[in-house]
Amino acid sequence: MVPRNKPYIAFALLAISHGLLLLAGFFAPYDPTSQDRELPFAPPTRVHFIDARHKLHLLPFVYRWRANTTDRGYHEDRQTVYPVRFFSQWHFFATDPPAKIFLMGSDAYGRDQFSRFLYGGRISLFAGLVATAISLILGMILGGAAGFYGRWLDELIMRAAEIFLTLPWLYLLFAVRAFLPLHIAPNGVFLLLISVLGAIGWARPARLIRGVVLSAKEREYVLAARGFGASDVYLLRRHLLPEAGSVILTQAAVLIPTYVLAEVVLSFFGLGVSEPAPSWGNLLANLRQYGVLESYWWIFLPALALVPVFLAYYGVFSYYGYYRGYYFAGDGRDGTRNSLSFMPPAKA
Amino acid sequence: MSPKRARLAKQFTSRCLTIIALSILAAGFVKSRSSAADNEQFLITHDEIGTPGGRLVISQRAEPKTINPLVAIDGSSREIIGLITADLIHINRSSQKTEPALATSWTVSPDGRAYTLSLRRGIKFSDGQPFDADDVLFTFQVYLDERTHAAQRDLLIISGRPIGLRKIDAYTVRFDLAQPYAAAERLFDSIAILPRHLLSHAYEEGRLSQIWNLTTPPGQVAGLGPFRIKEYLPGQRLTLERNPFYWKKDLAGTHLPYFDEVVSVFTGSADAEAMRFQAGELDVVGRLSAENFSALEKHQSAGRFRLYDLGPGFEYNFLFFNLNALSRNDLSRSNFASIIRKQPWFHELAFRRAISAAIDREAINRLAYQGRAYPLSTFVTPADKLWVDRNIPQPSRSVAEARKFLQTAGFSWDNSGRLLDEQRQPIVFSIVFNAANQQHSHAATLIQNDLEQIGMDVQVVPLEFHSLLNRVFESHEYEAAIIQLASGDADPNSDINVWTSGGSAHVWNLGPDHSRKPWEEEVDSLMREQMITVNYEKRKRMYDRVQQLVWENMPLICLVSPNVLAGATERLGNFHPALLSNYTLWNVEELFFHR
Repeated sequence: MVPRNKPYIAFALLAISHGLLLLAGFFAPYDPTSQDRELPFAPPTRVHFIDARHKLHLLPFVYRWRANTTDRGYHEDRQTVYPVRFFSQWHFFATDPPAKIFLMGSDAYGRDQFSRFLYGGRISLFAGLVATAISLILGMILGGAAGFYGRWLDELIMRAAEIFLTLPWLYLLFAVRAFLPLHIAPNGVFLLLISVLGAIGWARPARLIRGVVLSAKEREYVLAARGFGASDVYLLRRHLLPEAGSVILTQAAVLIPTYVLAEVVLSFFGLGVSEPAPSWGNLLANLRQYGVLESYWWIFLPALALVPVFLAYYGVFSYYGYYRGYYFAGDGRDGTRNSLSFMPPAKA
Repeated sequence: MSPKRARLAKQFTSRCLTIIALSILAAGFVKSRSSAADNEQFLITHDEIGTPGGRLVISQRAEPKTINPLVAIDGSSREIIGLITADLIHINRSSQKTEPALATSWTVSPDGRAYTLSLRRGIKFSDGQPFDADDVLFTFQVYLDERTHAAQRDLLIISGRPIGLRKIDAYTVRFDLAQPYAAAERLFDSIAILPRHLLSHAYEEGRLSQIWNLTTPPGQVAGLGPFRIKEYLPGQRLTLERNPFYWKKDLAGTHLPYFDEVVSVFTGSADAEAMRFQAGELDVVGRLSAENFSALEKHQSAGRFRLYDLGPGFEYNFLFFNLNALSRNDLSRSNFASIIRKQPWFHELAFRRAISAAIDREAINRLAYQGRAYPLSTFVTPADKLWVDRNIPQPSRSVAEARKFLQTAGFSWDNSGRLLDEQRQPIVFSIVFNAANQQHSHAATLIQNDLEQIGMDVQVVPLEFHSLLNRVFESHEYEAAIIQLASGDADPNSDINVWTSGGSAHVWNLGPDHSRKPWEEEVDSLMREQMITVNYEKRKRMYDRVQQLVWENMPLICLVSPNVLAGATERLGNFHPALLSNYTLWNVEELFFHR
């Protein structure tokens, strides 16, 4: 958990991770789709400073992986030293062929997992942000309207929300995919589907926002504003929706990782980003197989690398919620442990 | 001797005498009983003599849907049906030869059209009711009746006419074929003999296809197999118990099967199956994937289980193109227009040969199957020793050759290396495959990369299995696909529906009204002719020619044949996994646990 009083850790983490992803072409040593069929499931390359003759090198170097003859493993060929070259050929680091530098090991086709992780993050994070934005915007409009106007509109929107909550979204996506031709660009299909996913995910945030608006609209300052002749839109914009700020931020912190992970499911059913393009979902999907889980620990590395990214998101939203004067969902500091606590902190 | 000892000795002697007397009585009783049972004809097995008792735990990835042999088409259901029913003549999965089962012997008339089968006498169904020729007659009547929609019906229609059946006496039946039929006795394999006494009523009422599901009370189901249904727990397991009336004995005269129970646990996925096998929760596991096999291999030394790599089986996977005659006017299929535009490429032989030459099958074998597969040129795998044509060259990869093929067919490349057709259109197509099949997914990705090197832009589209089948077999909305077929038997007849035009598995062109090329006409006539040729050498020559034609014309681009991989607990006796399905449990009655 990122400490709330040190938001810069979370901000720095987010900045670094997004910087890496945006500049993937520079930081990734290889093309994410290029295969090395001699090196399937090669473990992460070891970076050395001291060579086999105990000589110290100032710059790091690597040895080349060679396949074992007896099993499916690899060993280092210590005959030749391959220095790690920085800032060569528009890459942050690289080494001389035929040696390869695989920071996170290679996958079943001998593709560099680190490069795939960086390139894959672009589409996955983008998809997560797009879907979350769609869900939250729809949730805010519909939930706000339902809570504020009440009566038949509330009934209508809330019943619709229940329908959307029970919607088998996977089958809906199958149906959407079935209408599209097979050969249209796979990433386009994926973004379309993730938008559909975001659009049908409005129900949960809408219900929470409705709850907040419902309770807030009876507050004295809202009633006072209304008494002064404030319009509905003004009340919603100025008083009611900001009240729901912490709920929205909580939802964002939950939804971004959820939608990024939804991609794993989509990839499994052939609706995700298709090969050879990388995505976080594709990288995690490798872990589905028992044989891979059992034999190649480095396939876990992309999954581990995702944890700080998601934690940073959580930390930033958590801090922002606190800064705005609201407790973050259910942290228990006000003595309650529900997810809807709107009391301002003691200092306010 | 002390008085106490003397008393013990006396007791011991009297007990021994009692035991001997009882044994003599028992022997007399057994003798009189066997003569009373009208010389019950047991089949004596010749494998290792085992110890009766115990429970065998097996697994199924999907729950069986039915135990009705007439309607079962899914693998799980057929596996269970195989344990609770028996056939007249059986194919030994290990030797791949036919052997007596419910028929003790059979004779063929000189013209090869009449088969007379002598049935096993004095044996009973699992509910204790006797079996005779009436049951056989009833069974074939039911299978041949169009109203029951039995999947096996097609097999029993020869040259358009159903097999004729006559009862000679209570234990002899005669089958009449319209034409001599090669390896006709292999037809009887897996035709489960049904109990007339339980089913005749349902048959008359026309509801035979609705009976015998998993919720049917066990008392209302009977078969001639080694086991019978005991209990079904939906989502968890199916328990079978030993059939006390089974008709096989071992060399020591012990009634088979040895196991008291077989429990089938529903595991859901291949990975879950492998994990539970490793944990010792399952005794046998068949159809292991190469990856799981390698993962389990590391734990093999710890004892407990043994793994078996039997080499390539009868399964072959292949890439093929949509050559169906599609109608541009079919408005319900909006995707047809683009497929029709690409079909001239797919019809071009040089295009298919170029793709075959560009594919690195060795890499598919190494990376997708961990080296546990066999690169294929044609559809007959090396497992089919009697029928494989060894003159067909091994596939080899050559990008230069692939480019030459494309060049001669009028394709060209632009400056960025993209392949263009004669109208200067880039070559872009998609390959669909089963998303759940990890090996096919790997193969598709490798092929995509291989074809990129000759300038083709290929998209790989994993599909849910049923949607894949629907696209290939029903709607024809695909451009290229990877699927896997398995010859059900070591005989050319089992592939007849793949190779004859209009066959149900003629996957690349299922339409009935397509114009046949000369080579297709030749394949059709060769397949039909070999079916009615009895002489092996003649049949082999015809089948070799079929393989030759397929290799030259490449309607399918065969990739690899995966090895048959299985595992079993070390204490399992008589375990001889086979290349034919059911790979592991084909001799379940002879399996036992070493004590």
